[in-house]
Amino acid sequence: MNSANWKFLLGGAVIIAALSWLGFVGFQESKSYYVTVDEFTAMKNDLHGKTLKIAGDVVEGSIERSGPGLEFVITHSGKNLKVRYVGREVLPDTFKGGSKAVVEGTLSEDGVLLARHIEAKCASKYEAEYNKKTT
Amino acid sequence: MSNFGTFCLLLALCLSLYGLFASLLGAVLKQHRIVRSAERAAIASCAGILLALVSLLYLLATSDFSVTHVAQSTSRDLPLFYKLAALWGAHDGSMLLWVFVTAVFSGIVVFQNRFRYRDMMPYVVAVLMFNLSFFLILNIFLSNPFNELVQVLPDGTMQKFSPPDGRGLNPLLQYWAMIIHPPILYLGFIGFVVPFAFAIAALITRQLGDTWIRTTRRWTLVTWLFLGVGLILGGKWAYVELGWGGYWAWDPVENSSLMPWLAGTAFLHSVIVQERKGMLKVWNVLLVVITYLLGIFGTFITRSGIINSVHAFADSKLGIFFLYYMLLVLGGSLFLIADRLVYLKSERRLDSVLSRESAFLFNNLLLLVACFAVLWGTMFPVLSNWVEGTKITVGPPFFNNVGIPIGLMLLLLTGVGPLFAWRKTSVESLKKAFLRPMIMALLVCVALLLAGMRNFYVLVSFTLCMFVLVTIAQEFWKGTRVRIGSTGENFARALVNLTLKNKRRYGGYVVHLSVVLIFVGLTGNAFNRETSQAMVPGDEMQIGRYTLKMTDYHEGDTPNYQYGRATLEVYSGGKLIRTMQPEKRFYKASEGQSTTEVALYSKPLEDLYVVLAGTSNDGKKYEITAHVNPLVWWVWFGAAVMVAGTLITLLPDKRASFATAQLTTAEAAAIETGVKVR
Repeated sequence: MNSANWKFLLGGAVIIAALSWLGFVGFQESKSYYVTVDEFTAMKNDLHGKTLKIAGDVVEGSIERSGPGLEFVITHSGKNLKVRYVGREVLPDTFKGGSKAVVEGTLSEDGVLLARHIEAKCASKYEAEYNKKTT
Repeated sequence: MSNFGTFCLLLALCLSLYGLFASLLGAVLKQHRIVRSAERAAIASCAGILLALVSLLYLLATSDFSVTHVAQSTSRDLPLFYKLAALWGAHDGSMLLWVFVTAVFSGIVVFQNRFRYRDMMPYVVAVLMFNLSFFLILNIFLSNPFNELVQVLPDGTMQKFSPPDGRGLNPLLQYWAMIIHPPILYLGFIGFVVPFAFAIAALITRQLGDTWIRTTRRWTLVTWLFLGVGLILGGKWAYVELGWGGYWAWDPVENSSLMPWLAGTAFLHSVIVQERKGMLKVWNVLLVVITYLLGIFGTFITRSGIINSVHAFADSKLGIFFLYYMLLVLGGSLFLIADRLVYLKSERRLDSVLSRESAFLFNNLLLLVACFAVLWGTMFPVLSNWVEGTKITVGPPFFNNVGIPIGLMLLLLTGVGPLFAWRKTSVESLKKAFLRPMIMALLVCVALLLAGMRNFYVLVSFTLCMFVLVTIAQEFWKGTRVRIGSTGENFARALVNLTLKNKRRYGGYVVHLSVVLIFVGLTGNAFNRETSQAMVPGDEMQIGRYTLKMTDYHEGDTPNYQYGRATLEVYSGGKLIRTMQPEKRFYKASEGQSTTEVALYSKPLEDLYVVLAGTSNDGKKYEITAHVNPLVWWVWFGAAVMVAGTLITLLPDKRASFATAQLTTAEAAAIETGVKVR
C-alpha cells in the first residue's frame, strides 16, 4: 500500500462516516412501524407514541367528511381501526371505499389513529375475482 | 389465438434452451458448427417471441375478453392506441414485452458478432440464453398472458367465460409519458445483460484485457441512456399525472430503477480507468455483475410484492424464483472472479490522490454509497422484519439526508475530475485551471448571500453549479481556440468540429453540463410553495406573484370518462397572463376511479401548477390547490441535454477500434464451412 492508496482510503472512510451519520439522523427522523390493522391490534401497547404506518382496506361507506376533517375505518383480517385524517395534502384519487390504504401517523389518547399521510391503491378486486376464476 | 401464443412461447423456450446447451457444447468440443447452430437458435427464438407478441396485440386490439390479460387491462371504449399499450398495463403482458426485448437484444448481439470474438461468443450466447430462458419459463408457466378466464359452475365443472366488457386500463396510466415509460425502462434494465454476458465470457476464456469493455461500450451507453430517460419520464408522469406537485417520492419502485442507473453510471466511469490505465479490473467485472443484478432486482421489487408500494404489481409467487436466480448469478460470478483473480491484476497503481484516477475512484465510491443507501432504505422493511419481526419503513428524510450531500460531492467531481491530469496533477496546473471557475463560483455565492439566501445546501448547490459550468465552458473555449489557431476555421465551425473529432470527451462534457442543469432544477425544490382554498366562480386566491380568479366550473362527458373542469384566470401584476383549466376525471370502466388533470404553466423560472382537488362536502365549493415550483423546467431541459450529449458520444467513429478483433472475410468464410483457421 502506497501513500496515495492510504489517502484515498482515509478520504473514503471520512466520507462514509459522515454520510452514515447523516443517514442515521434521517433514519431516526423518518422511521415508522409498518403493520396491518390486525397486527396493530395485537401489539398496540408496544407501539404507543411511535410513528406508525398501518395498512388495511377502507371500509365501504365508512368515510365521513365532517367539517374540515375526514374520518373513516380501515380493516384487515377482521380487525377494525378508526382513522382521522389530519394532514394537509389532498387525498389521492385512488382513496375511496374499498381501496387498500396505508395510513401514516400516531395514535391519539382515544384510540383513533391521527393520520398525517394517506396512500391508497385502487382495489385490485376485479383482478382477484378474475384470478379465482382462472385455473 | 391464445393457444397459438403459448405455443410460440414454448417454441422460443426450446430454441433458447438449445442455444444455451449447444453453445456450451460447441465451445467444449471446439466445434464451430454446433456454436453456429446455437447462434441461429438464439435468433430464431426472437421470431417465436415476436409471433407471441403479435398474437397478444391482436387479442388486445380485437377485445377478446376470454383472455384474462385483455379483460383485466382493457375495455371496449378504450382508444385503439391504449388497447395496444395495455400490453404492458398488467403484469403478464409486461413480462411478455420484457421477454421480447431480452430476445431482441440477444439476437442483435449474436448477429453483430457473428464473425467476431469466436472464442468468447459461445459463452456470451450461453449467458444470454440462460437469461432469456429464465424469463421465458416465468412468463410461460407462472404469468402466462394467454391464460383464459374460466368460470366455476354451481355443479363444480369449469367453463370458459368471456365477460361482456373488460375492467379498463388503469386511468393513471393513460398518459403519453406513462405509455412509453415502461418499455424504455425495460430497455434500460435489460440492456446491461450484454456487458454482463461479455464480462462472464471474458472471465471464462481468461481474456481480461479491455476487449469486453470496448466491444460493449455502446451497449452500456445506450442502456444507460434508456434507463435515464425512463427515470425522467417516470418523474414527468408523477409530476403531471399524480397531482401532488412533485416528481420524485423515494417510492420503492422509483428507487429500484434508480439503483441500476447509479451503478451503471459508476461502471461507465470506471471502465475508462481500465481502458486508459489497465487498473480496476476486478472492480469493473464486479460492477457489471452488480449493475446487471440490480436491473433484475428492479423487476423483482416491482413484481414480487415484497415491498409495499403504491405502484407495484403484487405477484408474490414470482419472488422466490427471482431470488434463486439472483443468488445463482451472484454466486457463479463471484466464483469465476475469484478463480480468475490472477488474470485481473492491475497494471498500474494509484500514484497520487490529486489525479484523474483518484477522481474516478471517488466518483465510484460516492455512486456506490448512494446505491447502497437507496438499497438499504428500500429494503429496510424487509430486513427489519427478518431481524426483529417488525417492518420499519424509512421515509424521504433518510434518502434526502444521504442523497443531497452525495449529489453535491458528485457535482463537485463533475467539475474537478476532468481537469485533473492522469497519474499526478501539479499544484500550479490546478491553480491555473481552477482560478476562473473559483472566482465565478464565489461571485455567485456572495450574490446569493447578499440576496438573503441562508439555506446551506442551496448556497453550495448554486455555487458548485457555477463552478462546474465555468470549468466546462473553459474546456470548450480552450479546445476551440487551439483549433482556430491550427485550422483557421471560424468559432462556430471550430467548436462543432472540435466536438465531433473528440466525441467521447466533448460529448461527455455535454452530459456533465446536463448534470449541472438538472441540479439547478433539483435545487429549485427548496423554494416550492403550496396553498389550498375552497372556491366558487368569482373567488380569488393568491400564491406567490399570481392571483387566481375562478371564472367557471362545469361538468362534461366523454365515452371514456366524465369530468369536472374549473376555469381560472391567472393574473400577475394586475395583467391577465393565462387561463388554466384543472380537471378531475372519473373513468367509467374502472369503477369510477378518478384522476387529477393538472393545469400547468411552465416557465424556466417557475411552474405554476394548479389542481382541482375535489368538491367540498356541501357540493357548493371546489377545492383548488396551487403550487409554485421554481426551476422544475430545468430538470426536463437538462434531461434533453443529457440525451443529446450521450448521442454525441455514440456517434459512429471513422477510426473506431472495432477492427481489432474483426476477422478477415476468408477467416469468416472458413468458420462458416466449419474449417478451423487458427
